[in-house]
Amino acid sequence: MPTEILMPALSPTMEEGNLSKWLKKEGDTVTAGDVIAEIETDKATMEVEAVDEGTLGKILVAEGTEGVKVNTPIALLLGDGESVDDIKESAAPKSAKSETTADEADKGGKRADASEEGSKSVAQDQGESSSSKAPAAPKAEIAADPDIPEGAEMVQMTVREALRDAMAEEMRRDEDVFIMGEEVAEYQGAYKVTQGLLQEFGDKRVVDTPITEHGFAGVGVGAAFAGLKPIVEFMTFNFAMQAIDQIVNSAAKTLYMSGGQMGAPIVFRGPNGAAARVAAQHSQDYAAWYSHIPGLKVVMPYTAADAKGLLKAAIRDPNPVIFLENEILYGHTFDVPKLDDFVLPIGKARIHKQGKDATIVSFGIGMTYAVKAEEELRGMGIDAEIIDLRTIRPMDLDTVIQSVKKTNRLVTVEEGFPQSSVGDHITSQVMQRAFDWLDAPVITVTGRDVPMPYAANLEKLALPSVADVVDAVKAVTYRD
Amino acid sequence: MATAARKSPSSRTRSTSKSTSSVKTPPPAKFTKDEELAAYRDMLLIRRFEEKAGQLYGMGFIGGFCHLYIGQEAVVVGMQMALKEGDQIITGYRDHGHMLATGMSARGVMAELTGRRGGYSKGKGGSMHMFSKEKNFFGGHGIVGAQVPIGTGLALSNRYRGNDNISLTYFGDGAANQGQVYESFNMASLWKLPVVYIIENNRYAMGTSVARSSAETDFSHRGLSFRIPGIQVDGMDVRAVKAAGDMAAEWCRGGNGPIILEMQTYRYRGHSMSDPAKYRSKDEVQKMRSEHDPIEQVKKRLVEKKWANEDDLKAIDKEVRDIVADAADFAQTDPEPDVSELYTDIVH
Repeated sequence: MPTEILMPALSPTMEEGNLSKWLKKEGDTVTAGDVIAEIETDKATMEVEAVDEGTLGKILVAEGTEGVKVNTPIALLLGDGESVDDIKESAAPKSAKSETTADEADKGGKRADASEEGSKSVAQDQGESSSSKAPAAPKAEIAADPDIPEGAEMVQMTVREALRDAMAEEMRRDEDVFIMGEEVAEYQGAYKVTQGLLQEFGDKRVVDTPITEHGFAGVGVGAAFAGLKPIVEFMTFNFAMQAIDQIVNSAAKTLYMSGGQMGAPIVFRGPNGAAARVAAQHSQDYAAWYSHIPGLKVVMPYTAADAKGLLKAAIRDPNPVIFLENEILYGHTFDVPKLDDFVLPIGKARIHKQGKDATIVSFGIGMTYAVKAEEELRGMGIDAEIIDLRTIRPMDLDTVIQSVKKTNRLVTVEEGFPQSSVGDHITSQVMQRAFDWLDAPVITVTGRDVPMPYAANLEKLALPSVADVVDAVKAVTYRD
Repeated sequence: MATAARKSPSSRTRSTSKSTSSVKTPPPAKFTKDEELAAYRDMLLIRRFEEKAGQLYGMGFIGGFCHLYIGQEAVVVGMQMALKEGDQIITGYRDHGHMLATGMSARGVMAELTGRRGGYSKGKGGSMHMFSKEKNFFGGHGIVGAQVPIGTGLALSNRYRGNDNISLTYFGDGAANQGQVYESFNMASLWKLPVVYIIENNRYAMGTSVARSSAETDFSHRGLSFRIPGIQVDGMDVRAVKAAGDMAAEWCRGGNGPIILEMQTYRYRGHSMSDPAKYRSKDEVQKMRSEHDPIEQVKKRLVEKKWANEDDLKAIDKEVRDIVADAADFAQTDPEPDVSELYTDIVH
């Protein structure tokens, strides 16, 4: 039997990729280690090497095909004594675009040129679908954001592209803005968020740092004290624990300690929280941690429009801003207004969907559970309102309380740990400011009180689920 | 099927620069009469200021931690003489001397020590956290070593803007063992940042002597694995400090990257006001005071060269005492910050 060559999973969050190029053609002899194709993942363009020897009998997915799902057979390898005749007739090459879905791989592909030189990494076991928990792009209708002008033309964009555009626009606008971090320049961003910035702005303004979070966070703070506006990218916020003294003690407190003379106009940004199957040390949500600190602003967007408008606002803000992104959300596509200068206010929640029976408050990737749960609840006749906080600090509690006064019920959703969670703070504030309006105890849906496990089944259990949110809303509305 | 790593090509190549071994400790600067008199006056101001601060601490006017600079005056005064307008200064928590050396007002510093509204931080920072945008003084940092990456970032801003300012980043022998110091050394050298790392080796990290805390006690060597040259300097001799400062400033302004100056100095007082200093002998302190005092050295030269007589020195002493007395009066009578200040300056 010919051996099937499958579309490999090459990053923890990759669900599909583009088959950019075949480097071998049908009939070519292949030995183990030969580069046979180039695949563009959600992070980079990678080379695929053959593991087995044989003859490339049949190419099943033509080059240029976008959105090829992980584990799809892309070619057949013939062993000794096997011939093309052994291949079933049905295995005809699929035409380009045949399986395309609107996703980041699609959009990212058009901008991949800059990272053709990107590295490839040791492949993971192709049989392991490391992206099993990644929620699909949401389809829920989004209530109009009053901060977006009515009738503004919308374009579809991934969160990743929105973040990149926000930085590029601000760097064009202000010479003092620069970005530094690990792999932001030549690698084009560990998660491709800074793709193309080095080419446009050069290595003075797009600075690759050594792997020294504590040090480069402090260097960024110093540059900010001197009046520059650094964007410090952490490859993930898990690594920012190395730097948290500089963030909290140096960046956040100096304005106060200097009696208002000196502050740090700096943005610390990067993916936060769990990605997929990266276990305890790489899967922590820091929203509650940073939200504790006076002197910081903490932004955690869900949609691409919010990511763009709020990152631009964060870069212009004279204060240190913690900008918490999410690796899974990077690939999600949303409508983004096509405006010359789209800036959103920090500290303002957005009513994602209006409703009257219960209020669901969430932010960042927590919104994916809220949005899906709301759809299910609608089917049960429960009309829930969803509030996307967008900013954790300063928190727009007025919008939450206004909603609670309407629905009399509240559920909060986040991926972080339960103790001293963002939901705990919301709950306490609602209790103090709207106790008489509550018809049920508030429920906080959070991640479980455990370090993130690696095993796929346990990881799923450790994170909140759509069912958790549905159950919580049913409980606060006293439905069975 | 498998993929293998392929390194993206790096375009960055190490630029060649002067060899680190070409850096040698220069002989002490030859001071003019005016320079000797200025150094004497500035060091004396710090000495008298700190004595007064110690007194006010004892009277309960100053709270919390108070780390006095007495004994180390030559370091900041000599370095200040090597600077030009626009250069930046940053240090740790033993910072009163640095501030006075930059020309920050004695009133503003003392009032900050007493937590009054006329203090540099409106009374909200205290002894360890003071800043002056006007004098390019970037603190005043209470976390040991944290000022080192920040000072490196100040240097980065100079390179970014293409000016020829340099960053003077001071830290102690204790901070020199912090990891973030070496992260900073690496980046500063890699990017050729104009930063002078001044390690004020006063022999004790709080109560732990250098010998008990440091595997390499020659701090001028601490940058060698990062190709940062360093020299040891007699930090009790203001002329030696000035000469080293001139050399280091020229090195940095010349685009050669960072440099380390180990200032061999000594603090006469304890680590903080509450330190009984049981970890060293009284004889050790007395020997430094009588044989190496930075102020006495200058005074002796002034008298020997007949650049100042007893009356001249008394006049300087009086001027300094008046400034300190005025600062102390101000710091005790200035009101505490208005209660509304609790909630100001948290975010812009």
